[in-house]
Amino acid sequence: MIPAVKLEKVNKRYHTPEGEISALEDISFSVGEGEFVGIVGPSGCGKTTLLSIISGLLEPSGGKVFIFGEESYGVNPKIGYMLQRDSLFEWRTIYKNVMLGLEIQNQVTAENISGINELLTKYGLNAFRDNYPSQLSGGMRQRAALIRTLAVNPKILLLDEAFSALDYQTRLAVNDDIYNIIKKEGKTAIMVTHDIAEAISMSERLYVLSRRPGTIKLSVDINLSIENRTPLLSRKAPEFRQYFDMIWKELDIHVL
Amino acid sequence: MSYETFSKEQIQYLKRIKSRNRSIVILRIMLFVVFLAVWEAAASLKWIDPFIFSSPGRITATLSRLYIDGSLWTHVFTTLCETVAGFLLGTAAGVLIAVILWSSDTFSKVLEPYLVVANALPKIALGPVFIVWLGAGPLAIITVALTISLIVTVLEVYTGFKQTDCEKIRLVQSLGANRGQILTKVVLPSSFPVVMNSLKVNVGLSWVGVIVGEFLVSKAGLGYLIVYGGQVFQLDLVMASVVILSLLAAIMYFGVQILEKKIAGRY
Repeated sequence: MIPAVKLEKVNKRYHTPEGEISALEDISFSVGEGEFVGIVGPSGCGKTTLLSIISGLLEPSGGKVFIFGEESYGVNPKIGYMLQRDSLFEWRTIYKNVMLGLEIQNQVTAENISGINELLTKYGLNAFRDNYPSQLSGGMRQRAALIRTLAVNPKILLLDEAFSALDYQTRLAVNDDIYNIIKKEGKTAIMVTHDIAEAISMSERLYVLSRRPGTIKLSVDINLSIENRTPLLSRKAPEFRQYFDMIWKELDIHVL
Repeated sequence: MSYETFSKEQIQYLKRIKSRNRSIVILRIMLFVVFLAVWEAAASLKWIDPFIFSSPGRITATLSRLYIDGSLWTHVFTTLCETVAGFLLGTAAGVLIAVILWSSDTFSKVLEPYLVVANALPKIALGPVFIVWLGAGPLAIITVALTISLIVTVLEVYTGFKQTDCEKIRLVQSLGANRGQILTKVVLPSSFPVVMNSLKVNVGLSWVGVIVGEFLVSKAGLGYLIVYGGQVFQLDLVMASVVILSLLAAIMYFGVQILEKKIAGRY
């Protein structure tokens, strides 16, 4: 089967007046359709750079990115990107926010609008469609941000620390929420996070990145002995602790 | 919500706020009345020379004289038109130039030192130049007003554009937005408060520009009345013009404020 995302020897160097910085080196991996893959690494290891390259916002210095078998240049409409903060536009209502992608891609058709209405109804935001983002809770805002991403019907979702702005309790709930929606919609997902527990609880496979320049240090398949796994349930699996310890060790984090 | 649903403390609290607000309004009005009364009394008791300091009574008399002979509206209309024109042109051109600067980094870098100098320069110094170029008339006056508000608008709005949240720009880029869409979907709407703010500043600046312009060259308008009144030692006329000016400036400022609320509501 053709992988949804495939990276071949991707590397990225940044140029600054002070010198050249190698952010990523020799990154190769592939993600199958419908998979949920996590990427963890210490801060500053180039996680966001990696997602930006996959999304096409950033050009790699070397190597190739394939999306469903085709080499990808520039922003690819098959990919939806969820950023660290929900970045809802405070001057637009929820409905208008969700419409953003369609407006930009000139896809405001009756069919797509009814698709959006369906998503809003299905995920409990229809009652808030005419509210402004400031009137919504953090979790609902995150949901709205996800629907905004789903509205343009991407096949692949990139999540860039998408939950880091939320407080811990909300975050656990939102993890479950977003995970369920992504699974229900049958999307492929690549999630970047520095939170080991979050990564294990959501991913089927995990890549551990090294310190800068980021390389893939380890690839771990997460197999948990629970049925109908959700992020919250996964945390209760007996293997959870072992995975956590193993990745913690690999990350090799020191305070000093 | 009716008072019945509130607790006693809440009702008392609301009453306190209400009475405080009322006393502020009363004090404001009193300040005005007392000021006028003292001025009038000082003038009629000859503590001050009413010929030089004028008085509320004399100002009212002057105003009604101007009103009756019909010249009031000519002067007010002239100045008002010049100000509104200068204000609108200055703001529109300022925002437009800011958009151009935003669209090209190189361009804005090249122009930066010129903008800084142009901002520091007292634009009124260019008044005589405009008069020679554009003739001794309203066109030169409007240009002075425009120039005064233009550079400030450019700098302020451009800074606002630059402060647009990067994440929001990344977001629309990831949705495939081009440069024009980034401008219309993100940069302009998120800079709306900045634009509104510069609009408010520009109201004041345009008045300065027009009055100074009229000082330099004019046959009608409130600035003309002020200069004329000063030259023939009719301080009543000067004061009356200042009163009308402050009224007009206040009305225009509140007009902008109402506009802001209207547009903000539509977002």
